[in-house]
Amino acid sequence: MNLKRVLADFDVFSRGYMRSRIGVFFALVFPIILILIFGAIFSGGSSGPINVYVQNQDGSQISSSFVNALNSTSTMRLVPVDNTQNFTKYLLSHSSSDGIVIPAGFGTAFASGKPINVSAYGNPSSTTSAIVSGITHGVINEFNLRRAGGSSVLGVQELNVKSQSFKYIDFLVPGLVGFTVLTSPMFALVNISSQYKRDKIFKQLSLTPLTKSEWLLSKIMFYIVLTIISFFLMTAVGVFAFGAHITLTLWIIPFLVIGPLLFVSLGMLVGTGSKTVESAAVVGNLVTFPMMFLSGTFFPVSTMPAYLQSLAHVLPLFYVIDGLNNVMTYGNYSAALIDLGVLVVLSAIIFGLAVRFFKWRED
Amino acid sequence: MSEGRKPTRSGNELNPTPNSGVAIGVTSLHKAYGDLKAVDGISFTVKVGEVFSLLGPNGAGKTTTIEILEGLRQKDQGGVEVLGVDPWTKGYELHKKIGVIPQGFKFFEYPTPREAIKYYAVLFGVKADVEDILRKVLLEDSADVYFTRLSGGQKQKVGLALSLVNDPELLFLDEPTTGLDPQARRAVWDVIRELKKEGRTVLLTTHYLEEAEELADRVAIMHKGKIITSGTPQEIIEAHSSGERLQIHGTERLANYLKEHTKLRVEFDGENLVTVYLQRKEDVLTAIRAIEESGLEWSDLRTKRDSLEDIFVKLVGEPLEALGQGA
Ligand SMILES: Nc1ncnc2c1ncn2[C@@H]1O[C@H](COP(=O)(O)OP(=O)(O)OP(=O)(O)O)[C@@H](O)[C@H]1O
Ligand SMILES: [Mg+2]
Repeated sequence: MNLKRVLADFDVFSRGYMRSRIGVFFALVFPIILILIFGAIFSGGSSGPINVYVQNQDGSQISSSFVNALNSTSTMRLVPVDNTQNFTKYLLSHSSSDGIVIPAGFGTAFASGKPINVSAYGNPSSTTSAIVSGITHGVINEFNLRRAGGSSVLGVQELNVKSQSFKYIDFLVPGLVGFTVLTSPMFALVNISSQYKRDKIFKQLSLTPLTKSEWLLSKIMFYIVLTIISFFLMTAVGVFAFGAHITLTLWIIPFLVIGPLLFVSLGMLVGTGSKTVESAAVVGNLVTFPMMFLSGTFFPVSTMPAYLQSLAHVLPLFYVIDGLNNVMTYGNYSAALIDLGVLVVLSAIIFGLAVRFFKWRED
Repeated sequence: MSEGRKPTRSGNELNPTPNSGVAIGVTSLHKAYGDLKAVDGISFTVKVGEVFSLLGPNGAGKTTTIEILEGLRQKDQGGVEVLGVDPWTKGYELHKKIGVIPQGFKFFEYPTPREAIKYYAVLFGVKADVEDILRKVLLEDSADVYFTRLSGGQKQKVGLALSLVNDPELLFLDEPTTGLDPQARRAVWDVIRELKKEGRTVLLTTHYLEEAEELADRVAIMHKGKIITSGTPQEIIEAHSSGERLQIHGTERLANYLKEHTKLRVEFDGENLVTVYLQRKEDVLTAIRAIEESGLEWSDLRTKRDSLEDIFVKLVGEPLEALGQGA
């Protein structure tokens, strides 16, 4: 092992990478696009306030304070409907099923104590209707209580496991970091190594004092650097654009080192193990795509069916993403240590196989 | 970096090879790909300081032979010694002393020729004179162009440049001039001549027979895995030439007239070419006199003697058995 040769190869390779625009796009731009897209789709928990059409046929003081009470929940956005409109037709023509009608005489009934019903329109199969109906009931109860001159005794305090709640973006950042840890080295190495084999570039290199392990090491070093750069870019976008809560700790580093090591070796193994560039690409995709979707990149593994969850546990990327979640989001270092242990064993095996089966020359 | 050799360019400072005087020794070498006998029992020796050219039609087994000698392929059977060592088991040591242009040289897409040479210099741990190498192979003008954007011939020149970086004792040049323009080809010839002057050994393959005639001290012609003839170009021409001939455009009547009125061997090709074989120098006068006497139509008279290319085409065209099996 000669460090000068490793660095010379690193230098030539990284220059080549930067000069080919596709490389730069996939390494640095693509992860940011991903995080912007997925962050935008899923951020903010629920999908904004529900539009609810309200027709106030009463016009008394008490009916308008009832509307105000409905409006004070941030969950619903009230849209007033003019009294001249036929309410159900109006709802249909606006492709909506959620609406509330306050009948004429609401105010006098409140004062006299004569029972009267507010109508809540909804679609039983829609989740928004349940929310609208729940809120309407809550406000009605409060008005009934107020009329009776009572005050609330029992209440609910809503709490979360952590002082601040987890949001989707908090899982998305480690997931997408894992995505790049997998895809940049895998696709590149499958491609490069099958091409270098076809073009006899490995043979050419074998005629110099550069060794197989030196060549492999320089690729691993390069992808570690690249991974760390894209980690910071993605984390910055997650934090500043979507308010992700991420703990930056030294524990992240081992995952950013061992991940590229593992997938450079795996890509190498697939690329040199295949007869042609085309078959290498096919095998590479067969290995990469299931891992890409089933390891918790875009959504947590715990949301998947049980049999897929057990499948996830044999995929190396699962342990990278699980580990990153444990250190970046949960701060659960003992669980992270287990992930790291599994990764060390897996990458030792795959690295060993890659060095063993990667041939400079033919028999 | 102790393995770095000083970039000396004068031949007498080169390390003498152990096995005195012999750079490459091959005895009954065999290599098959499945059922195909790519190399079928060839033997030859290349002396130190010699330019040796391996010739033969496509698929003859030249590249296979060269790759075995470079330690890139494993032989099936036979003896191979390159600079005194077995190239397959001692390849790592051997590679520091040899320079190679593989057939159809390809390289990383994005280094420039200048960067590629510097990269090789670091790998070999030598201080190469980058500018000197660029000048030698006529690459100065495109020294800073990405490899992938170079023309086919320029890419070949990068291959030649890289083969020179480690100041090699022995060079394997597999079709170094294929795809080069005439000027660039002559530049490569100059490089090869200079390498020879410096005392280096060169094993060269080419499909340009005049190139082999021009550069090679000795050649071997391979065909279907066997060496069908070898020696200096002159020796081969003499051994296989059908001698000097007079060729005239004329009729069959002319051919018959010459047959009847001279003692020379005369052939007619069935169309319009009459060939008269000349044994002694007076024969040409006899033939010309007879042509004049005949009073028949003739034109385009010339004498012809075989070039290495004529011999090559003749030998490779014949079935193997007729060649007495591997000269
Ligand atoms: N890796 C391989 N696997 C199978 N067959 C091969 C392989 N390499 C070469 N061959 C076959 O071996 C024979 C000799 O090939 P080789 O490349 O040595 O010929 P060559 O003399 O260099 O020809 P050319 O002048 O076209 O370069 C050919 O028939 C070729 O098809
Ligand atoms: Mg060849």
